[in-house]
Amino acid sequence: MATNVGLVTVQVRDLVRRYDDRAVLDGVDLDIEPGEFVALLGKSGSGKSTLLRALAGLDHDVEGSGELAVPENVSVVFQDSRLLPWARVHENVMLGLSGADERGRQSLEEVGLAGREKAWPNELSGGEQQRVALARSLVREPELLLADEPFGALDALTRLKMHVLLRKLCAAHQPAVLLVTHDVDEAIVLADRVIVLDAGRIVAEETITLPAPRSAADPGFAAVRSRLLDALGVSV
Amino acid sequence: MSATTLPGLRQRTASAPVVRRRRLGPGKPIRFGAAIGPVLLLVIWSIGSATGWIDQRVLSAPWTVVTTAGDLIADGRLQSNLWTSAQRALIGLAFGIVLGVVLALISGLSRLGEAVLDGPIQIKRAIPSLALLPLLILWLGIGESMKIVTILLGVFVPIYIHTHNGLRTIDSRYVELAQTVGLSQWEFIRRVVLPGALPGFLLGLRFAVTGAWLSLVVVEQINSTSGIGYMMELARTYGQTDIIIVGLVVYGILGLLSDAVVRLIQRRALSWRRTLAS
Repeated sequence: MATNVGLVTVQVRDLVRRYDDRAVLDGVDLDIEPGEFVALLGKSGSGKSTLLRALAGLDHDVEGSGELAVPENVSVVFQDSRLLPWARVHENVMLGLSGADERGRQSLEEVGLAGREKAWPNELSGGEQQRVALARSLVREPELLLADEPFGALDALTRLKMHVLLRKLCAAHQPAVLLVTHDVDEAIVLADRVIVLDAGRIVAEETITLPAPRSAADPGFAAVRSRLLDALGVSV
Repeated sequence: MSATTLPGLRQRTASAPVVRRRRLGPGKPIRFGAAIGPVLLLVIWSIGSATGWIDQRVLSAPWTVVTTAGDLIADGRLQSNLWTSAQRALIGLAFGIVLGVVLALISGLSRLGEAVLDGPIQIKRAIPSLALLPLLILWLGIGESMKIVTILLGVFVPIYIHTHNGLRTIDSRYVELAQTVGLSQWEFIRRVVLPGALPGFLLGLRFAVTGAWLSLVVVEQINSTSGIGYMMELARTYGQTDIIIVGLVVYGILGLLSDAVVRLIQRRALSWRRTLAS
């Protein structure tokens, strides 16, 4: 499927997805450049997960139309870590890959879990499990990383640590990223560009130029945040 | 507590002890509690036999049973019959397990397979295997093949039912994961389907082992010339209750041992689960 999309990694044109005649995605256009980090914000039911699943090729029985070009090598991180409970951490990371055990070990080291190769997923905390899931995605060196509220189930402190880790990993591996989230601050801290989806359409877009490390104390941060909250229909 | 009594607080003294709530649960477990019932039965049996309250022709005394067991072992009858019985059970069990697993995989992994196989097996499940004996005797005679097929029929159904159920209840999220990491059909079966169905299979195995011994008892009492069941059947015609009881004890020990073996396999194979429980 690695079609000629020029300089973009993802190209979506007029994408429509319907469930029972209700358009969940209603004409979405989206380009993501190589190495670009895009955050997708939206209320529940706005269609953000549907868009991610369409990009991941996981919407088998869903009706729809439109053009979709994604690279061959796509990794997905889900809200739950989705580790196979009967496989040790190392086997989970290398699932579907042959040989090269060294890569799996390195990948675990990158997410701060060196030495835990032989652990069962049940022995890890929620944050550690999600780090294994990140290692599993990145060991494949994806051109596109799709993340569906990957930190949604974690506590606030663990989530902050995961933000730092994800930024570091993305800087090292340079995948294009589409992060689905409902957390406005998370989107601003992590992304180069934030898109707001409402009722299946893109209703706002913000390019984030704040210098790193981004802090909510920055006046620029507050301005972006209030514009995004406006687009989400939340008045503060 | 301080010496001064605060106004409004009722002071707890020796004369007004704390009221302990009545315990509603069954309380602490008794040490070796599981042994008390069987030991009590054994004591009643011994006393009954010693006092002549239990007629020797109805039920032999425990010590007679023990010496008879010793005699049967000494002249080799017990071992050779036990070996024949164990062989029948194991062969029937092995074939039944293979058949049950293969059918469960076919029916669990393809809709067509399920449509063709599941119905007949559910019908078979409703008919007790032992009710098929008259037909099996007509078709296969009264030889070894009839015995093994009867055991197999009792074994494959629980293996099929539980393995199939295990397959069908594998979380669809893992199927989605397998798609996103690009597993091939074979890798999907090996990494996701088989380990996911293993708990169901092992549960089925426990039922299957019990079923194998049950079928064995019945087939060995029909025109057999060897096996524990035959030994007991022969003893019946001579009114030797001691030998019958030796046979019963052997069946009981076999049942307990085989269940323990399956549970051991279960613990080993599902160690990833134990970490969750501990």
